[in-house]
Amino acid sequence: MNLTLGQIAKTLNLDLLTQSVDWEEIRPTAGYTSDMLSCVMAGAPHRSIWITLQAHMNIIAVAALLELSAVIITEGAQPEPNTIEKANEKGVILFSTKASSFEVAGRLWEMGLRAVSSEE
Amino acid sequence: MSTFIRAEFHIHTVLSPCADIEMIPPLIVEQALSRNIHLIAITDHNHTANIEAVQKAAEGTPLKVLPGMELQTSEEVHVLCLFEKLEQAKAFQKIVDEHLPNLENNIDFFGEQFVVDETGDFLRREERLLLTSTSLNLHQAWEEVQALGGLFIPAHVNRKAFGLLPTLGMIPLDTPIEIVEISRDLPKEKVCELYPQICSTPFIQSGDAHFLDDILGWNHLWIPEISLKEISLAIQSLSPQRHQIISD
Repeated sequence: MNLTLGQIAKTLNLDLLTQSVDWEEIRPTAGYTSDMLSCVMAGAPHRSIWITLQAHMNIIAVAALLELSAVIITEGAQPEPNTIEKANEKGVILFSTKASSFEVAGRLWEMGLRAVSSEE
Repeated sequence: MSTFIRAEFHIHTVLSPCADIEMIPPLIVEQALSRNIHLIAITDHNHTANIEAVQKAAEGTPLKVLPGMELQTSEEVHVLCLFEKLEQAKAFQKIVDEHLPNLENNIDFFGEQFVVDETGDFLRREERLLLTSTSLNLHQAWEEVQALGGLFIPAHVNRKAFGLLPTLGMIPLDTPIEIVEISRDLPKEKVCELYPQICSTPFIQSGDAHFLDDILGWNHLWIPEISLKEISLAIQSLSPQRHQIISD
């Protein structure tokens, strides 16, 4: 998979909530969507991109644990400032978008991202 | 000198659309007393309107009725918010009202939301949809309950629907939750094995009563007086002399 986080952010017009990163270097392995963190912990592939409308602080712990490439928070949900701070601290990349999780997943699929890593 | 108190902390009335029509004040009181339960909490979804009626129905009996609410946070986590005085619960209701979306209840889908008097007679219908999330997130809700002097107990934390652990994965680090409720269908011996992330958190098990038969009173307390402080201390105590869950 050669798709970079930069291409994804630009194509989907995502708002970056955390500090800027060299996103042309980051290549998500797969996509995953769920709002239940126990499912994410069990099911999101390593270095995948996670789509959720959950904006709670615990998404940072889960993203850091799984070393996810990025989290896209959908439907305009806004994390608290201390959640964004925590994400910066842990090196977790957060995006927000007004689009629904379904739309984001669909557009990522169109761009060639799949449900499981093609590298593994 | 501690007294033995059998308690049920999670009871819905006919104000909760999912509760049975028999969940009216005199029957709840009668059922609790018939099971030797002397302490209950009324915890309807996002509302407190029927608490006073149950308290009145219990007047003159040995049953103490704590005001409470089962709050639904913005993350869809259910939390038992228990208070000592009705005024505290009413103050909390005001906060919840400001954070509850203005949606009308659809009786066909969700069921009736009846406000009743102490005899169980109909007073009014609550028109606002109660079976929905408030815009208070877990941490904000915790802060509000703390500020009012209440007890904050995430409900059925192991349940996939509205339970804290499936929804948020773990107790958030910024919210020092002291007690959780485990579903009654999970044997207490299995909690540590299945949920190591809450292994050291004291827990209660409740009936989550939507029917009279669900009023279980599994929590056995030995406390010097009935106060939130003593209840909380007993549940958090490691000593089985103060709190036991007996699933009879």
